[in-house]
This record gives sequence, structure tokens and C-alpha cells, in this order.
Amino acid sequence: MKYLCLIYSDETQWQKLPEAETGKMMGEFFNFTDSIKASGHYLGSNRLQPTPAATTVRIRDGKLSTTDGPFAETREQLGGYYLVEAPDLNDAIRIASKIPAARYGSIEVRPVWEVVRP
Amino acid sequence: MSEVIAEPIRAVVDTVYRTDSRRVLATLIRLLGDFDLAEEALHEAFAAAVERWPRDGVPANPRAWLVSTGRFKAIDGLRRRSRFDAALVELADRLDASREPDMILDPEGIEDDRLRLIFTCCHPALPPDSQLALTLREVCGLTTEAIARAFLTKAPTVAQRIVRAKAKIRDAGIPYQVPSRADLPERLTLVLHVVYLVFNEGYAPSSGESLTRHDLSEEAIRLGRLLVELLPEPEVMGLLALMLLHESRRAARSTELGDVVLLDQQDRSLWDRERMAEGTALVEQALSSRRFGPYTLQAAIAAVHAEAARAADTDWAQIIGLYDLLLESEQSPVVELNRAAAVAMRDGPAAGLDLIDDILNRGELADYHLAHSARADLCRRLGRNQEARDSYRRALELARLDPERRFLERRLNELSH
Repeated sequence: MKYLCLIYSDETQWQKLPEAETGKMMGEFFNFTDSIKASGHYLGSNRLQPTPAATTVRIRDGKLSTTDGPFAETREQLGGYYLVEAPDLNDAIRIASKIPAARYGSIEVRPVWEVVRP
Repeated sequence: MSEVIAEPIRAVVDTVYRTDSRRVLATLIRLLGDFDLAEEALHEAFAAAVERWPRDGVPANPRAWLVSTGRFKAIDGLRRRSRFDAALVELADRLDASREPDMILDPEGIEDDRLRLIFTCCHPALPPDSQLALTLREVCGLTTEAIARAFLTKAPTVAQRIVRAKAKIRDAGIPYQVPSRADLPERLTLVLHVVYLVFNEGYAPSSGESLTRHDLSEEAIRLGRLLVELLPEPEVMGLLALMLLHESRRAARSTELGDVVLLDQQDRSLWDRERMAEGTALVEQALSSRRFGPYTLQAAIAAVHAEAARAADTDWAQIIGLYDLLLESEQSPVVELNRAAAVAMRDGPAAGLDLIDDILNRGELADYHLAHSARADLCRRLGRNQEARDSYRRALELARLDPERRFLERRLNELSH
């Protein structure tokens, strides 16, 4: 099965860290990525720009509305994701628990809805 | 002639259903990979038994017969339905080819299936309410109506929880597995917690007219026995011991009218000696492992009470020592409160009252009726009647069970004379 591991954390905390710290964290992320590539779980991943760079788009009554920032104000923001292939949820949870951000933020593990196009 | 035979065989089928239907279901879920498919297969297997056993005789191994009949019926059913759905053809072929016959009937595998079922029903990715409902439905075989009655909710609510839990198991890919050795301690803690919740809801319901709901406690003890049989870890034994020791006092805990009788007032001749002995033996076994935890310690406390022929003979020093150990493993104000009550018994009510006032002053148990009624009781024994009345009144405002409320009202009345 495919699972999307969504990484949530308080992005303001990250911005307050000294450069040496963020460099160390990035190193941990790269190591993790390499490890799940080696184990064959890795399908894809990206880090996202912080929420001030976000734009929310919706169409209501046929009219386009474009607003600044994410849809909802929350304490933790979506900051990136890993898409992984795992045989079951227990395996996906094991992988998610090794994402460095699990130690300061939280990881939401969502199964991907497999849509078969006719 | 078949009529004459049919009746006793019907009774045999009923007996096999009671003793084996959950094991058969657990194996069918593994073989078919789906809860709903397995339940349907279980139903069809028993329907076939009612039809065929009178004619062909009861098979030598009824459980194995039911598993292979259920599996065959499920695959056959998929094939018939597959005329309308190509995906089902593939599923039926896969199910048919994937299992060797000896794997299906391997007795060790079948025992493991029951553990797989318990761990799947108590998976941490399921909401707590669903874990409870699913465990009672699938592992214990209770109907949704019985579960709803036990938890004072409506049957459709329970049914919905179960449907949603099964959907999550399927959609999120929750595997039908006993957790790996690394995950086992944490996952076992969760299973024990679910069993303990079932027991507690039967032993000390959170609300309602009656003080206990016997059926749920019995189910929890049955689950505890099953776990001890399948996974004899010290804390598993400790939990079963705790449940047995508490349950052994059931007959003495309330009057015929349903009024509360406190431990020191209980008629100890009503205690169930057989269960006490079983519980005490399990506690000793768990303690000797030196790997015990909070359930074993609580059971040990209950065992010390069980040893005392009269309330006055209770070894309070030993009980306080066990509470100290319990507090080392988990800081809990409720445990502190119980320890304070034991200190009051050993060192007098004033010493206990100081401890309870400390806990209440920290604000942690301010809304817990038993903290106020314990305080009231100690004040009463010290002759501080006005304080006792105030604390009983506060307890009465907070208590939700009718028998407890009657008990507190009685105490308040006694103090106003």
C-alpha cells in the first residue's frame, strides 16, 4: 500500500533555531531519506516553503477567491511529506516514527486512495 | 429416525458454537483477509453443520471442518458474485491458491489467530470506543445490542462504531498480526487496558442504577484467561489476578437492595474463596517473575485484603508498602488517595486526613467524589462533624451512581442526629 506521511510542526520554532542546528536537522532528514531509499520504501518527498508563502484558492458560486495563507490557523503547520510504499499500517507507522520531525512535531500517516481509472 | 438424531446434534452444534465460534472466526479472518467476509463465512459454516452433521455425523475435528467449510463457502460465494465483478474473480483465485491445506488447520496457527484478532481489535490506530466495541463483538461474540446495554448507549451507535472500525482496518491497512517483539510491550499494555476497561465498566459502572454489571466483568475475566493462556506474561497474570480478586467480593459489595457495603463492613463469608485462591496464586506467580507492573501490584493489594479473616486483621503496613511501589511506577492522585486511606487505618484518621488534604489542596481530585467522601469519613471518625457534613455534601454533588448517592445520604442523615 501507499502511505503519505504528512509532517506537521510549529514552523516558527524552526525559524528561531540557529543555523548550526537547522543544518544538523537537515542532515538527519537526508540520512532518513537515504535509509528508506535503501530499504525500498521511498516513493517521493518534498519539503514545503513556510505558510506565509501559501495561497488558498477556492471557487464559490462560480467566482474565484484567492486569499493569503493556509485555509485554517493551527498551532502546527504542514511542512513537508514523504510518500512511502509499505505492506501494512504497522510498517508505515514504524517508518513514520523514524522521520526526524516525529521528535518535535507530529506525523499524520494517511493511506493513499488507490483510484483505478476505467 | 433422522428427527430423533437431529435434536441432540442440534445441541452439539450449539455447544460447538459456544466454545469454538470465536476461534473459527479468528482463523477465517486470517484466511479471507476481511472481517465481514469471515463473519458471513462463519454463519454459512454453522448453517452447513446444522444441515449436514445429522446426516453425515459430527466430524472428528469440528473446528477444522467449520474452518474449511467456511473458507470454501466464502470463495464459492465470491465466484458466484464475480459474474458481475471482475475484481472478485481475481480475489477468489488468490484466496483459493494462497493457502496450503495444512496451514489452514495447523493447531498452533489457530491459537495465534485468536491473539491476532485481539491485537487487531485493540490497534492504537482505532479510536478507544471502537477498540472496546470491536473486542466485545469479535473476540467475545457479544451482540451489538448487548454491548449497547452494557455501555448505556444505543445499539445503532455501537453498530456504527464497529462498521467504522472495520472500514479503518481495511482502508488503512491495519495488519492481522501479533506485534513484533519490539512493539509488543506497548501494544500489550493497550490490550490489557481495554480488558481492564471492560472489567471496570462491569465492576464499577460510571453511571446508572446498578452498582455492577456482572456480564461485562465475566467477559473481561474470560478475556483475561484467554490472554494468560496465549501470552503468559507477568502483567497479563497480574491483570487476571486483579479481576478475580475484585470479582470474588461481588456478593459482599452490596445489599439485596443494592446498597453499597464498604470493604471493612463486608460479610467475608460471602467472598468467593475459589476465585480468591486462583487470584492469589496468579499474583504470587507474577511477583516471582520480578518483571511485574501496576496490575500485579494492585492485585497484590487485593490479595492482602483477601488474606485477612476479619477487617481488623488487615496487614495495613504491607498494603502501604505496595502502594509506595505502585506510586514509584505511576504517579497517580487516585493511588495516593487509596494510600492515604490505608495510612489512616495504620496510623489513625488524623494522619490520613493530612494526606488527603494535601491531595485536595493540589486541586487534582477536587471533582472526584470518592476523595470528598474519604475525607468526610475521616472527619467523622475524628468527631469533626461539621467538616464531615460539608465533605459528604460535596461528594453527593459529584456522585453519579444511585447506590453511592444513597450511601452518602445515609451518612449525612446519621450526622445530623
